[in-house]
Amino acid sequence: MGIGGSDMYRQQILDHYKNPRNYGELEDPTFTHVGENPVCGDTIRMDVVLADDEDTIERVAFRGDGCAISQASASMLSEELAGMTVEELREMDRDDIIDMLGVEISAMRVKCAVLAEKVAQDGAEIYFGEKDVDKTTTED
Amino acid sequence: MATTEPDILDVERIRDDFPILDREFSGNRVAYLDNAATTQTPEPVVETIAGYYRTTNANVHRGLHQLSQEASVAYEEAHDRVAEFIGADGREEVVFTKNTTESENLVAYAYGLTELGPGDEIVTTEMEHHSSLVTWQQIGKRTGADVKYIRADDEGHLDMDHARELITDDTEMVSVVHVSNTFGTVNPVGTLADIAHDHDAYIFVDGAQSVPNRPVDVTDIDADFLAFSGHKMCGPTGIGVLYGKRHILEEMEPFLYGGEMIKRVTYEDATWNELPWKYEAGTPVICQGIALAEACDYLDDIGMEKIRRHEDELAQYTLERLGEFDDIETFGPPAGEERGGLVAFDIDGVHAHDLSEILNDYAVAVRAGHHCTQPLHEKLGVAATTRASFYIYNTEDEIDRLVDALDDARALFQ
Repeated sequence: MGIGGSDMYRQQILDHYKNPRNYGELEDPTFTHVGENPVCGDTIRMDVVLADDEDTIERVAFRGDGCAISQASASMLSEELAGMTVEELREMDRDDIIDMLGVEISAMRVKCAVLAEKVAQDGAEIYFGEKDVDKTTTED
Repeated sequence: MATTEPDILDVERIRDDFPILDREFSGNRVAYLDNAATTQTPEPVVETIAGYYRTTNANVHRGLHQLSQEASVAYEEAHDRVAEFIGADGREEVVFTKNTTESENLVAYAYGLTELGPGDEIVTTEMEHHSSLVTWQQIGKRTGADVKYIRADDEGHLDMDHARELITDDTEMVSVVHVSNTFGTVNPVGTLADIAHDHDAYIFVDGAQSVPNRPVDVTDIDADFLAFSGHKMCGPTGIGVLYGKRHILEEMEPFLYGGEMIKRVTYEDATWNELPWKYEAGTPVICQGIALAEACDYLDDIGMEKIRRHEDELAQYTLERLGEFDDIETFGPPAGEERGGLVAFDIDGVHAHDLSEILNDYAVAVRAGHHCTQPLHEKLGVAATTRASFYIYNTEDEIDRLVDALDDARALFQ
């Protein structure tokens, strides 16, 4: 049998989907960014607080709507990012996200998995003046 | 095709014509419930395709050799067969295109772009497929014509009072979907055609979800245009049909220019070929057209009226089964009202994409998403729905398998 189906929904993913961590908004985020996966309708908004060094990620919160993969990925990423540097965030790619999720993701669902990562990366780039987009989409 | 009773499909016999339905995934036989997206292809149609390439393949209308003559005759006769299938007045009224979307665009470009302008109005509906909605929306932007949408109510019915209000003497084109691919509603296209014609507007009927599963006669509904796709009615992909009334097709400008569609060409100018070839530029969809004609034979042998009833019965059964659960919302007309063979639904706490992954474990194939009706989904307040859609080979047993698998999805996500 191919990748996908209920194999994708291991306990950890279901736990993060049903009990998302860091769900909500931060009071004084250093930057906030939104994104969507237009084909699926998944949406993610991420608030990030940087430490005074403008590099260390102190706290992350997210809000969103969508499938279990997109929302669990955002929840897990919100935990993972705390303590990382912006540079480390920028270097993340889809393999890191798939490792983080701990399951194989079918090709059709990779977009769902990486949405939160892309939102956080774009948010940082916009904050540092390197990019100018209103909304991240996984179609780009 | 022999049937046990005159009014009931012999589904087991029909299934023999579709070897793909014997495929198994993780030990389960596939339950193919994604027919509104594309239908499977019966052996006689597969044989026609293979046979054409084995024995007849040649380009049409430009060779005097035997193969080209045979291919040309078969291709032309395919137009006659499709014309007969929808009650059109001969091959001149049947243009072969790539799909329903191209048929929509053909009229939008050839008629819309050249004839419409500021002050003109295009009236369509809130439940259009993107193939119609996006096309007329963009024609409106480019020509300055206004695009207006007939409201759909909560049960997926068009508000006909609103239709009468919107369609006025300023209306030039009314474009409506016959059977909604999201609600399954069978829209009163004949009535809408009368209203359009009272105001000298054309009516374009999107028949992608109606021609495959019910008798559709262009004379009965008085459509000026009708579009549909071969791959949703046992034919191959790559072929769609545009029906147009002969006098309109004669007056309209061509859509695509090139070979095949011309009569005489000089460096300065060109004249156009006879109908329907005027609209079939370049090497046309020869094999696909011949295969579509075979699909028409196949469906007529079964009987379109029987197919209509079979589809409605499966849809009603699905509504009944899904109605057993408080956490499921179905969209479209209520149980008991006729609909096309499809049911879109939403289950609390389970995203449509997650659900379709779980159903895939049971080899139940459904569609999850916005079904190319994104504005309608926004109006309904759901990002995505799950849609089960049926055809001649589906059974109640397959619907039971879908319903049983929902328990598994609930256990995981709720």
